Amino acid sequence: MEEINALFHGFSVAMTPFNLMLMFTGVTLGVVIGVLPGLGGANGIAILLPLTFTMPPTSAIIMLSCIYWGALFGGAITSILFNIPGEPWSVATTFDGYPMAQQGRAGEALTAAFTSSFIGAFVAVVMITFLAPLVAKFALKFGPPEFFSVYFLTFCSFIGMGKGSPWKTLTAMMLGFSLAAVGMDTVTGQLRLTFGFSELMRGFDFLVAVIGLFGIGEILLSMEEGLSFQGSNARIDFKIVVQTWKKLPKYWMTSVRSCLVGCWMGITPGGATPASFMSYGIAKRFSPDGAKFGTGQIEGVIAPETAAHAAGTSALLPMLSLGIPGSPTAAVLLGGLLIWGLQPGPLLFVEKKEFVWGLIASMYLGNLAGLIIVLTCVPLFAAILRIPFSIVAPLIIVICAIGAFTVHNAMLDIWFMMFFGVVGYVFKKLDYPMAPMVLALVLGDRAEDSFRQSMLISQGNLSVFFTNGLVGTIMTLGLIMLFWPLVNKLR
Amino acid sequence: MSSEQKENPAGAADTHAVISLRAMEIIIAGLLLAFGLTIAYASYQLGAGWAEDGPRAGYFPFYIGMIISISSVVTLLQALRNRSINADMAFVERGQLKLVCAVLLPALVYVLIIQWFGIYLASAIYMAVFMIWLGHYAWWKAVLLGIAVSASVFVMFEVWFQVPLHKGALYNPLAVFGF
Repeated sequence: MEEINALFHGFSVAMTPFNLMLMFTGVTLGVVIGVLPGLGGANGIAILLPLTFTMPPTSAIIMLSCIYWGALFGGAITSILFNIPGEPWSVATTFDGYPMAQQGRAGEALTAAFTSSFIGAFVAVVMITFLAPLVAKFALKFGPPEFFSVYFLTFCSFIGMGKGSPWKTLTAMMLGFSLAAVGMDTVTGQLRLTFGFSELMRGFDFLVAVIGLFGIGEILLSMEEGLSFQGSNARIDFKIVVQTWKKLPKYWMTSVRSCLVGCWMGITPGGATPASFMSYGIAKRFSPDGAKFGTGQIEGVIAPETAAHAAGTSALLPMLSLGIPGSPTAAVLLGGLLIWGLQPGPLLFVEKKEFVWGLIASMYLGNLAGLIIVLTCVPLFAAILRIPFSIVAPLIIVICAIGAFTVHNAMLDIWFMMFFGVVGYVFKKLDYPMAPMVLALVLGDRAEDSFRQSMLISQGNLSVFFTNGLVGTIMTLGLIMLFWPLVNKLR
Repeated sequence: MSSEQKENPAGAADTHAVISLRAMEIIIAGLLLAFGLTIAYASYQLGAGWAEDGPRAGYFPFYIGMIISISSVVTLLQALRNRSINADMAFVERGQLKLVCAVLLPALVYVLIIQWFGIYLASAIYMAVFMIWLGHYAWWKAVLLGIAVSASVFVMFEVWFQVPLHKGALYNPLAVFGF
């Protein structure tokens, strides 16, 4: 019951008027970001991160995580009304959501989407509340070899669970690691891979990479599609909400399955996007109406939305308790923690109780705030999409440029952002995954440090990674993940 | 002008392939291979072996460079051997490329203007030009919105959050006002 006490203390931290205001601001901003093409959870938070440097860390993370919840909600609006997924994780929502809107059931689809998002997130937060402290307590015993093995497992999971070519995943990931290595070596103080450019001494900031890869790259991609919005109108009134809520309990089994898929995919670095597809697939297989999926089945909206939100939320569990983010957005939040001088990982639960529990409490409140805001303001957010692209596109590029500049007050970063934008565009079209690249860029130095420390302990003997049961098991799991594509091929 | 033309100024109808998916796949894998080898070579020069106090600075990056090279070679070989219909699909069609360049090239000019004259002037010009050129808005509407965007950015960053933005290396138009 220790957790319950801590949680109530967290509520008292989160429920100051200032924090509540930030929560609503964050969710609203998040929905706007989720609705706009080219701005998403990861780069939206990356752009706004510098603005929070002056706030107390707890308030800052409350606002930033609320932007994330908002973005998760926002993706559903464009999917259902315009058949344009605002976020990759809401692609699966278009399958049944858009047909529903065309049949004039947009309100029903939106209510179902928002409610199941809320349920997915709620289940994930409850899980975080009780599981995260346990994981953190367990991880307190970790030494460098154990930490390296967890990093190893994280990165191997990308290869084992990725959909595309494992070689491309490997390339993208190592690209992230090599960019992370640029600059001053933390152990010896030597300059690495700067090729004589003093500007490169600082290294590549992953925030700039995220803004370029996901922001500029996304704008270029959506420009290519020629963008013509044809949306249905939506108004949600209280009657529709109540009617839809009455229907939802019938699909409890779908919700439970989707929550499980979502939580699992969120903790292991699968992320929200594969979770939503997987959950849609499972719902289709098990539902008695499975054959009718794709024609506007409410279940086809519930399943992906529940899973995406559950995955998006539970991605914060490994971020908080181990310091290993489960998604690019969680990685950006982790970057924020580092900038505020907080070391994410098991010690956070001991040393910064207020912060951790304030954040967890804000997850409950933020998602509730999100549900209220999206249910009441849908027409407003849908109107944003009617702003012509020739205004939205330059505006987003201006915002990205400012965001990239404020990271280090460096002009060169804006050029890097443009470069990463082109890279993002090409990589997306050639199926090089971006999530492992971003995660490697964020975790590169830490993974390398833990590897080198382990090597120092063992004096260069790789068997240090198999000296005890724990580290050996994690490493073996990692190796299985790494060679999974190969095993799959041989079968 | 109809609204559809408004959103498709360059015309996305030209479906002639600029470059095939397979060719692009080969080019990128080749570039990545070169990148991997460069990393590995630079790290080797830095010292990729062991010193008395543990692995040297180039140890970790050296292997990363090697892995990039190896995995790019595999991707390269896969692309070279791939003769399926998929591989002949367009990486980008001519009409699409025009649209992409319509955003990308002005954006590059925009960054150049930022470098020379600062973020505020550059953003106002960029917004206005983009709206007139691609959106076919009346010039006064475009100029007004451009200035409004820059002004609100200025108030938000310089005044409210007190985060100074880039002022321009050649000439700072805001110097008159003391910023």
